[in-house]
Amino acid sequence: MKYVDEFRDGDTARALARVIHAEVNPERNYRLMEFCGGHTHAIFRFGIVDLMPENIRFIHGPGCPVCVLPAGRIETAIRLVEEEDVILCTYADLMRVPAGKRDSLQKAKARGADIRMIYSSSDALALAHENPQKHVVFFAIGFETTTPPTAAAIKIAQAEGLSNFSVFCNHVETPPAMMHILTAGDAKIDGILGPSHVSTIIGSRAYADCCDKYNVPLVIAGFEPLDVIQSVLMLVRQINAGQAVVENQYTRAVSETGNEKAKTLMAEVFEQRPQFEWRGLGVLPDSAVQIRSEFAGFDTEKRFAMQEIATADIKGCICPAVLRGMNNPDECKLFGTACTPEDPKGACMVSSEGACAAYYSYGRYRAGAEART
Amino acid sequence: MCLAVPARVVELNGDTAIVDLDGIRKETSTILLDEVTVGDYVLIHVGYALERIDPLEAAKTLALFAELRAQDAEA
Repeated sequence: MKYVDEFRDGDTARALARVIHAEVNPERNYRLMEFCGGHTHAIFRFGIVDLMPENIRFIHGPGCPVCVLPAGRIETAIRLVEEEDVILCTYADLMRVPAGKRDSLQKAKARGADIRMIYSSSDALALAHENPQKHVVFFAIGFETTTPPTAAAIKIAQAEGLSNFSVFCNHVETPPAMMHILTAGDAKIDGILGPSHVSTIIGSRAYADCCDKYNVPLVIAGFEPLDVIQSVLMLVRQINAGQAVVENQYTRAVSETGNEKAKTLMAEVFEQRPQFEWRGLGVLPDSAVQIRSEFAGFDTEKRFAMQEIATADIKGCICPAVLRGMNNPDECKLFGTACTPEDPKGACMVSSEGACAAYYSYGRYRAGAEART
Repeated sequence: MCLAVPARVVELNGDTAIVDLDGIRKETSTILLDEVTVGDYVLIHVGYALERIDPLEAAKTLALFAELRAQDAEA
């Protein structure tokens, strides 16, 4: 596949890794946070972690929208679909995420609630057209990559005068979460692998404050393995030179200012939400968006009296600490025993890009092999 | 969740395109892009084209890989 295969070449990966081995300073550690779950997944799936020198450590960040959504928001949605005559539709990633009391959207669907999995926000619009007698709620989640498609759906719904469609908005923003992790300082971070596709929308300039304020270098990295390895090399070079600037490795898709048309569309439909709760990170100010009052008719939270539900995480689950980069998944007591991708207890095990799922799918054999030697 | 796959635009019809995804034809929205031409490679995410892939920048990145391989071969 063009633009995929050439960025996965094994010989080039090994050559790049040898360059990194030659350039790292053995006297120090390089603690690199990959913000995105997509990077965590690539690092494990392609064995990048095994190619790196021992003093390069990957710290897994909170960039997995399913993982950072508090269970209470899912419970709120379940209550809505069970009490009101609505069709609730959402991306497949969210279906199995544990809500409170061991519930999930999938279990609610099994009990008879009308919950549908969709691929695109345009499928939600199609459902509303096909079911004029029902109200269709799109349970929208995601970072800036996924927000513009939701904005587009709301604009189209308005243009079409679609009155039986609304969005339960849970879209969050990347830079505030990154700033929070750096401010909290729970995990010592020497460099950041910046998001691939979030950055196609918001542009590389959006991270300038992170570097300036916290003196941490950031390299926007593509999701293919050679992109990740080259970005690690770029971070190593910055760290060695005592630099802390934003660099862009993923130039084939990311510009300094991002996708202006998508940004304009987002700004038209959404405004800053004063505060939003993140699983693991707590309540963060100015870290999410809400639907502007001009589009209030398409805002599920305004159309229905939805209750905020607070739900405690399952006892023993250390997802919050994993999301803050303080613990690795295999340090959790539930990991691989009570909590598996088939029967997840924490959100980081559900999403295929969650750190726990990546460890379980690709990393546990490695950890096991290390323990035996 | 933020994964996006590169696909080639084969047909355009207003704000909708048919893209070729390694042999699979799929309808996608191009509403988030200003200009799209048949033959462009775009990144597809949840049914929307997020951005065009710049072939010159991709070639530059591949050239950098080649330079690093040469550096490794010399070492």
